[in-house]
Amino acid sequence: MSNGLQSAASGAGPARVVIDDWGWRHAGRRAWAVRDLDLVIEPGERVLLLGASGAGKSTLIHALAGVLGGADEGESHGSLLVDGVAPEWARGRIGLVLQDPDSQVILSKVGDDVAFGCENLGVPREEIWRRVGDSLAAVGLDLPLQHPTSALSGGQKQRLALAGVLAMQPSLLLLDEPTANLDPAGVTEVRDAVARLVGDGGSTLVVIEHRVEVWRDLMTRVIVLDADGGVLADGPPDEVLDDVGERLAAAGVWVPGIPLSLPPRSAPATHVPVLTTQSLTIGRHRAHAVQRDLDIEIPSGSATVVVGPNGSGKSTLALTIAGLLPELTGTVAASAALAGPLGSRPIRWRSTELLTRIGTVFQDPEHQFVASTVRAELAVALQALRWSRSAIDERVSEILDALGLTALAEANPFSLSGGQKRRLSVATVLTASPAVLVLDEPTFGQDRRTWSSLVGLLRTELERGATVVSVTHDAGVIEHLGDHRIVLEPTVTRVSAA
Amino acid sequence: MTAVVHHDEDTTASRTAPLDRVNPVTRLLAVLVLSIPLLMTIDWVSASVAVLLEAALFPLSGLRLLSFLKRALPVLVFAPIGGISMLLYAKPGGAEFWSFGFMRVTENSVELAIAVTIRVLALGLPTILLFSRVDPTDLADGLSQIVRLPSRFVLGVLAGARMLGLFVEDWRSMALARRARGLGDRGAIRRFASMAFVLLVFAIRRGSKLATAMEARGFGSPIERTWARPSRLGLADLIALLATVAIMVVALTAAMLAGTFSVVGQ
Repeated sequence: MSNGLQSAASGAGPARVVIDDWGWRHAGRRAWAVRDLDLVIEPGERVLLLGASGAGKSTLIHALAGVLGGADEGESHGSLLVDGVAPEWARGRIGLVLQDPDSQVILSKVGDDVAFGCENLGVPREEIWRRVGDSLAAVGLDLPLQHPTSALSGGQKQRLALAGVLAMQPSLLLLDEPTANLDPAGVTEVRDAVARLVGDGGSTLVVIEHRVEVWRDLMTRVIVLDADGGVLADGPPDEVLDDVGERLAAAGVWVPGIPLSLPPRSAPATHVPVLTTQSLTIGRHRAHAVQRDLDIEIPSGSATVVVGPNGSGKSTLALTIAGLLPELTGTVAASAALAGPLGSRPIRWRSTELLTRIGTVFQDPEHQFVASTVRAELAVALQALRWSRSAIDERVSEILDALGLTALAEANPFSLSGGQKRRLSVATVLTASPAVLVLDEPTFGQDRRTWSSLVGLLRTELERGATVVSVTHDAGVIEHLGDHRIVLEPTVTRVSAA
Repeated sequence: MTAVVHHDEDTTASRTAPLDRVNPVTRLLAVLVLSIPLLMTIDWVSASVAVLLEAALFPLSGLRLLSFLKRALPVLVFAPIGGISMLLYAKPGGAEFWSFGFMRVTENSVELAIAVTIRVLALGLPTILLFSRVDPTDLADGLSQIVRLPSRFVLGVLAGARMLGLFVEDWRSMALARRARGLGDRGAIRRFASMAFVLLVFAIRRGSKLATAMEARGFGSPIERTWARPSRLGLADLIALLATVAIMVVALTAAMLAGTFSVVGQ
């Protein structure tokens, strides 16, 4: 038995997937996540799997990887076979790379991490280290085997995960939004690594991704899942995108060539700074400054973006001007209009004084959730400000309405979808109507629909007269919310107005 | 084949001290050997001899003195504190030097205080010495391959422990986020409790994601696992173990010859 699996694991050629009237329902849910699915994926095909949020893409790819779980996780219908066997019995031949870079690193050294899968498949030791070297070379990770995995960037971690999967020599390679959480440099790294791999035709490839243009050229086939069950469209990429591109875009998929319907913004003429930094040195720890001598002005009532490569201190700068991290040296000063009766340094303000002046939206919405329902979450700031009960109820209802969250008012914030969590985290800040909004990577991992609603929301705040500062890698955010740009380089800084 | 050579070079380049040739499993055993007799007897001679002998072997560890002292600081601070409580509250006996309420400093309590202080050092210092440079991965390899603990358990703990660093980051962000949300001024205890709860949610979620990632890489499959990094016992392990036993024998013999040997509870 084990010998059979072992020999199958090495060089069995690309896999054939046959899905026959298959469906899956998660335990405790009434609706089927996927149903009525009939598909054949031929060996060596490279499939981009698309569909609206909730169409069951992730469920399908987890099923193909054999990690959906047993009967206590849910029930299945029909059959789904990889080379004629259930995926649970072919695990070593199926490689899966997931979205979150952090949760896929298993061991603390690069070499050991790549070796992990081979060890589990019973590959002999010499063969393991040969495969580790080959796989790291294939994904372009030119690092010592002893290099600590904790020191890798997001893009490097995803390439490490890919190398770990490659070392298992899979017949079927599955990528579940492998670049959703990466900056543009990371996206390119991972895409190029996959492009190098597919050339040899050793495995069948299935990719889920919102951003179609990244993968389009690599793929031989696009399959669009229908949220109501079955397949909406299936064929060569160009054909399918021409056919159902508009529908996909409306469902949240980033289809290239379909413009966003946001009106252009006229930048305000005023250049009165609301926040000013002077010889500012920033860092999360006193011993480790990431930027020095920053002299920056944030213009009042306009949209500013902070851009630059990973590690240049963008988030640290945002948290420092937002009055959350202390300056290491130098100062952050608020204008008299913003500070009012208070001193000029935001870090000296009390937490409740900060609330109506500078609101911060964190990169991970969950870090800022403190209540057990959406409604209570929105009331938190107002309670801290000691508003009356009736005034709070009125304001919260107003915000729920404005952001389309009314139906979710009693839901637990942690149970929301990614797009809903993001909208709620912005809403919690908006309840107190702060004069300045600071957002750290607000559009990370958002699909086209949630992206549009978020950027639209921030544009409304600008109309109201608020100042918006966004840390971002997103070209769309830079275009739509970038009246002013602050460009951080790992050591030097340049400030420009767009 | 080149990859294998590369790996071996990497392993040896950063490791030169004699102690580094000793398997982590042997080190675990050495700590046990050192602690059992020291916990059985309670006198100052045996512990002092043990501390002196261990100090003499310090150069073999490859640690710098300063970094060792930094790591040992908690033990160095805690040992005298334990001693002082003995000094004041131990069962009185012999001449009395000083008393105040329940506190009585007697000949007996002075002797016990010294013995306890040195004993804590004799147990704490070698543990730090032996484990300062142990890579958790090597320990896990040893526990699975030599002690034969179930690899599912050992590797699960190893992978889970690596996530602790992520939780530190989470905690920091959550603390900043609470200030941003107007909750930073009051209710520190409530804030702590709510952050601890969210951290628990994160831990469960991360744990299940990690489990999926490990499972997808064949972890827990019925195939018998191979090991990329062999964990072996060798001459160095034998020498280390003999040296440990020797330290104990010399220490206990010295105590008997000096007439201070006394078993706990008698």
